[in-house]
Amino acid sequence: MKRFRGFVIKEFYHIFRDYRTLLILFGMPAVQLMLFGYVLTNEIKDAKIAIYDPSKDVVTRKISDKILSSGYFILERNLNSVAEIDPAFRQGEVKLAIIYEPGFSQKLEKTGKARIQLIGDASDPNTANMLVNYATGIINNYLVSMNAQKMPVQIIPEVKMMYNEELKGVYMFVPGLMAMLLMLISALMTSLSITKEKELGTMELLLVSPMRPSQIIIGKVFPYVFLAFIDACIILGLGNLVFGMPIMGSISLLLLESFLYICMALSLGILISNITNSQQVAMMLSLVVLMLPTILLSGFIFPVENMPMILQVFCHLMPPKYYIIIVKSIMLQGNGFIYVWHETLILIGFTILFLALSIKKFNIRLT
Amino acid sequence: MRTILYIIQKEFLQVFRNKSMLPIIFVVPIVQLIILVNAATYEMKHIRVSVVDLDLSGTSRKLVSKFQGSPFYIIRSTSFSYAKAEDEMKKGNIDMILQIPAKFEKKLLKEGSAKVQFVINAINGQSAGLTNAYSTMILIDYNREVGLESTNPAVMAGIRSIQTDYSYWYNPKLNYKTYMVPGILVLLITIIGLLLSGMNIVREMEIGTIEQINVTPINKIQFIAGKLTPFWIIGLFELAFGLIIGKLLFNIPMEGSLALIFLSASVYLFVILSFGLLISTITHTQQQAMLVSFFFMVVFILMSGLFTSIESMPHWAQILDRLNPLMYFMKIMRMVLLKGSGFADISPHFWSLVVYAVCIVSLAILRYRKVS
Repeated sequence: MKRFRGFVIKEFYHIFRDYRTLLILFGMPAVQLMLFGYVLTNEIKDAKIAIYDPSKDVVTRKISDKILSSGYFILERNLNSVAEIDPAFRQGEVKLAIIYEPGFSQKLEKTGKARIQLIGDASDPNTANMLVNYATGIINNYLVSMNAQKMPVQIIPEVKMMYNEELKGVYMFVPGLMAMLLMLISALMTSLSITKEKELGTMELLLVSPMRPSQIIIGKVFPYVFLAFIDACIILGLGNLVFGMPIMGSISLLLLESFLYICMALSLGILISNITNSQQVAMMLSLVVLMLPTILLSGFIFPVENMPMILQVFCHLMPPKYYIIIVKSIMLQGNGFIYVWHETLILIGFTILFLALSIKKFNIRLT
Repeated sequence: MRTILYIIQKEFLQVFRNKSMLPIIFVVPIVQLIILVNAATYEMKHIRVSVVDLDLSGTSRKLVSKFQGSPFYIIRSTSFSYAKAEDEMKKGNIDMILQIPAKFEKKLLKEGSAKVQFVINAINGQSAGLTNAYSTMILIDYNREVGLESTNPAVMAGIRSIQTDYSYWYNPKLNYKTYMVPGILVLLITIIGLLLSGMNIVREMEIGTIEQINVTPINKIQFIAGKLTPFWIIGLFELAFGLIIGKLLFNIPMEGSLALIFLSASVYLFVILSFGLLISTITHTQQQAMLVSFFFMVVFILMSGLFTSIESMPHWAQILDRLNPLMYFMKIMRMVLLKGSGFADISPHFWSLVVYAVCIVSLAILRYRKVS
């Protein structure tokens, strides 16, 4: 035990003496959370549009006014002909074109019907889809208010947004960022710190020492559990204080789950370091293999339910997915353990799997 | 010139001899491209609904069947207890509760209006917004239909309608893959390029081999050029390979000129690689280099406009984003490949990249010292 303590102290020295790494380690999550909390949103705001309005009458002006005053759109240019749409899109600024048919209000008066065409720049399909939906919604609302007295019956929707009334994007990004940063920091740092010893040749010294291999590994990992845990607290604290991300459920459960997740990521790091010999390979493995899937397949940005079936199978293999579900469930929905035991069990399973694989792969001889 | 060739040869040898690096550089990105492209869709296909119908009248049933008939919704359960439905939502089994209050039909007939409740799980604000938009649309349709049935034509004649047609240009079917392939490809060559170059010099420093290079007559510019070229070639090769895969597997459109793509790509890769080298010269260990690269990579990637649109960022962030080389190249790729933009259209982005390249590479050369 005393040997082990000495070893852990050595590891802490290693980390604390390298103040640059430490700075990045703690600064990075904070800076990224602040940055992304403000920057990343899927809300549509000030999307640039072009309007082609040949009739320029009262009704079209009113509709344009409604659209432009919604806060979602700003007018980039007025078009003089349909032919100008293409160049407007090509230059890349205009995202949506609104085209009224000629003689709009006259037609509406006479026949009771008129047409508006919305053209979205679908080289960015997500945005195009949203913009068209929003614009259609505004036009429909205008229509409803225009017909309000004349409609015989009306069912009025009463909408309640659960858990996130203002539809804040931060609620999506805080759990996602936590999952990504904890995963990459833990997996990367451990795998690098072990492979570094291999690369510099000092691993040899450790292996011939009277310490058992398991003690070496645990000693190596121990400081990072501590550091990653502090990171988790920083992110949670900032999310709560700066972005008003509520913690509805029990904090201790949340921290416990985070601890479990960190252990999972660390055991993955151990596994990576056991199958590689150089820092470069370890790093490439953790970053190239882990980074994009963690961002894309975990439900961080794109909801898993909307993906094709085959891909959902891959998603089930991503540990961050479960952590994100747990965090959202506890923080936003205020759920207790019974709602997340399933995910917790899966995380435990991953941890055991990674550890078992590492033990199997562990080599006491270096070459 | 010959000196540079030797350095290039050495770097290539190092890359190709490392058997565990090769698959990571060449195979993993392609596999990821193929898999991840399918991931990106905000499209709402199966909104899972739980119906709480406390009225059980003809009208309420008709309304429910209206939802049932829409391709966007799946009715998961029907119950009479709101609490039960909410519990389902807590468990994450449903996305929306449609609650129809008791005496709904009576009220509708008597007072001419009645309320229904949409309770939407809004943790993902965007999906919730779309769910709300779709549901409201169904209600508006329904109102119109009921109106048509129940009243005389004279009243209905006074009701005006504006028909909104929509079309999506450059990608009429809203195929998300054609949009994601160029995007993910850019991400992949960025990650590979930045990591390879970022770790490069610092690795030589850590192992100590940099001393051997420092005592040779190779000058700074030759050294940097020799270090950059191999990764630059690997990056371009990877881009070409990815584009071929994209064309063959996903049939992505290539409207514009490929020469323009590769011209911009070579400038872009130059920026990314010099950026990596700069990181390499200011850090002392591979661990530091990696953390710094990781930091910038995440910022660059998430602010590139691939996942969230740049226009919806706050103004200061958009200004800050001008320092993000990925943003320019992402725009260029999409504009040229999907919209067929020409050089004149992309020139502001292109020249920004050129300026960026010049600044960064001079910084990297300045920072690199032959004496430690």
